[in-house]
Amino acid sequence: MAELLEVQGLETRFFTRDGVVHAVNGVDFRLQQGETLGVVGESGCGKSVTMLSVLRLIPQPPGKITGGSAVFQGNDLLKMSEEEIRHIRGAQISMVFQDPMTSFNPVLTIGRQLMEPLELHLGMSRTMARERAAQLLEMVGIPQARDRLNDYPHQFSGGMRQRVMIAMALSCNPQILIADEPTTALDVTIQAQIVELVKKLRDEIGMAVIWITHDLGIIAGIAHRVVVMYAGYIIEEAPVKELYGNPQHPYTLGLMGSLPRLDERERRRLVSIDGLPPILYELPNYCPFAPRCAYVIERCWNENPPLVQRSVDHKVACWVDVAEGRRPA
Amino acid sequence: MSENNILLRVENLVKYFPITRGIIFQKQVGAVHAVDNISFFIRRGETFGLVGESGCGKSTTGRTILQLYRPTSGHVYFDGIDLTTIKGQELRRMRRRMQMIFQDPYASLNPRMTVGEIVGEPLIIHGVAKGAEVRERVEYLLSVVGLNPVFANRYPHEFSGGQRQRIGVARALALQPELVVCDEPISALDVSIQAQVVNLLEDLQDQFGLTYLFIAHDLSMVRHISDRVAVMYLGVIAEMASRDEIYNNPLHPYTQALLSAVPVPDPLVEEKRRRIILEGDVPSPVNPPSGCRFRTRCRLAAEICAEQVPEWREVLPDHWVACHMVV
Repeated sequence: MAELLEVQGLETRFFTRDGVVHAVNGVDFRLQQGETLGVVGESGCGKSVTMLSVLRLIPQPPGKITGGSAVFQGNDLLKMSEEEIRHIRGAQISMVFQDPMTSFNPVLTIGRQLMEPLELHLGMSRTMARERAAQLLEMVGIPQARDRLNDYPHQFSGGMRQRVMIAMALSCNPQILIADEPTTALDVTIQAQIVELVKKLRDEIGMAVIWITHDLGIIAGIAHRVVVMYAGYIIEEAPVKELYGNPQHPYTLGLMGSLPRLDERERRRLVSIDGLPPILYELPNYCPFAPRCAYVIERCWNENPPLVQRSVDHKVACWVDVAEGRRPA
Repeated sequence: MSENNILLRVENLVKYFPITRGIIFQKQVGAVHAVDNISFFIRRGETFGLVGESGCGKSTTGRTILQLYRPTSGHVYFDGIDLTTIKGQELRRMRRRMQMIFQDPYASLNPRMTVGEIVGEPLIIHGVAKGAEVRERVEYLLSVVGLNPVFANRYPHEFSGGQRQRIGVARALALQPELVVCDEPISALDVSIQAQVVNLLEDLQDQFGLTYLFIAHDLSMVRHISDRVAVMYLGVIAEMASRDEIYNNPLHPYTQALLSAVPVPDPLVEEKRRRIILEGDVPSPVNPPSGCRFRTRCRLAAEICAEQVPEWREVLPDHWVACHMVV
């Protein structure tokens, strides 16, 4: 498989009145052609900021990308001019956002908004763009697509709006689709519709997908490979079956244990992770998970563990080998 | 099952919200059929889970039970007393025995009151305690929900979402209620914090013998916490049974679709699962479909479903369903 995107040492900071927020702290990951990468973490762990940084969509100021590279097809996205990245954004790498209510312009028709990227990126004429927009709506399963082009965003339900959002993201046949919690605002039955839709389109078009979510359930069904983020770091990375079958980082273990499962047979007490995620005004010189970790040893307080290869396909950032039978006290 | 084991009995509960037009002379032009003729009961000491998608009427049900909304018709019997017929002093006395925990820990605490004032307020309003006694009681309540009693002098903004939810729980427990209506108490929280709050709710139930009405849209969590579960769709209850029964033997086509839509955090299970994908969206509660509410999205729908409202019946012991197609 060919490498599509390679991010290395990405660092993003927010310079706020209260201090510098260290949102992303040296993140490395790769994305292959046609692959679906799941990015998991809780709110504030830096998963969205990482992807927004790659597309240079961080509001600046207060945000700033302070280091790293993001190489897409041989070019560093972080170094190119505003003009150049505009040709990539929405055309070759596109993004779907969490809230389908606020990501549209409420005073323009859906048709107008769908046609805009087609005219801008692909240089289509108005009639051609309109034709293609109708096709796109059909592709994502919106009935009476042609008539609905004249409707405004508020005339669509949440699930339908997210479909339109996906249609817009796919309009220029991107190579990468970044989906940032695209189903979090939706009901489960609608969520299932959207997940199936993205899977189907992904396989048809052969694009790569980065799916950002806090829901380990969705990731299990859609991703090939998963990275887990905490406090602006990637703390674990593995193929999906390996990660769920053999989680290595205490945080990942904790997350898995804190989820009730629909197919659980016996009632068990949920494993909760004590304490709160850190606020990143200062980069700790120890492991950022140490204060909440059940496996903590002295070394954790002295050095922040780097993300290292533990087996062929499994990277972990932890000093402790959880599998060695060390149980929490 | 003896009658005195039942703490709450809801009979044919209906709640419509009027839609009006006009500014000075308001004319009713329609109604949102938020809850439409539902019946169920909750046994003392159990956790009853009410699940459904947004807009299905589950929160309205919770609020109507507590008489925060007065029902359009129907009855709510709490410990044998019909709450819909009493008011004023009498109702207030009953309210002491049932409390609520809200979804949004940011909006449900007054930002200008200290934690001590928030948790102590019900004690003062209901005249249960005063002066130093309130203080003592507040400190005890905070320690019960796992907060440091010193926090009583702080304001809500100084706390995280999970801690705020604990404050909400402490407030709900202040009057030693029998029934606590938990309206999506964890859906605004992060996964690792959700588990903390759920474990707390379970511990408190054991400690104080509480009865919970647990309203949520997260089916996995409802399965985890509930003894019995009811599934709502567009203002009606589609199915009701014990937790294992409803998850192992769902009879209503909506319950089946809903369960199949929930992702399981295990790629090996996900690989093999077959989903029932529902077409389209939930219809508007202003003008719900005739007959069975679910028929417009149901894969089994027949002619009778449009003509007759399906009867709410007990098809197996303690397993209730409203569907023409279930034998």
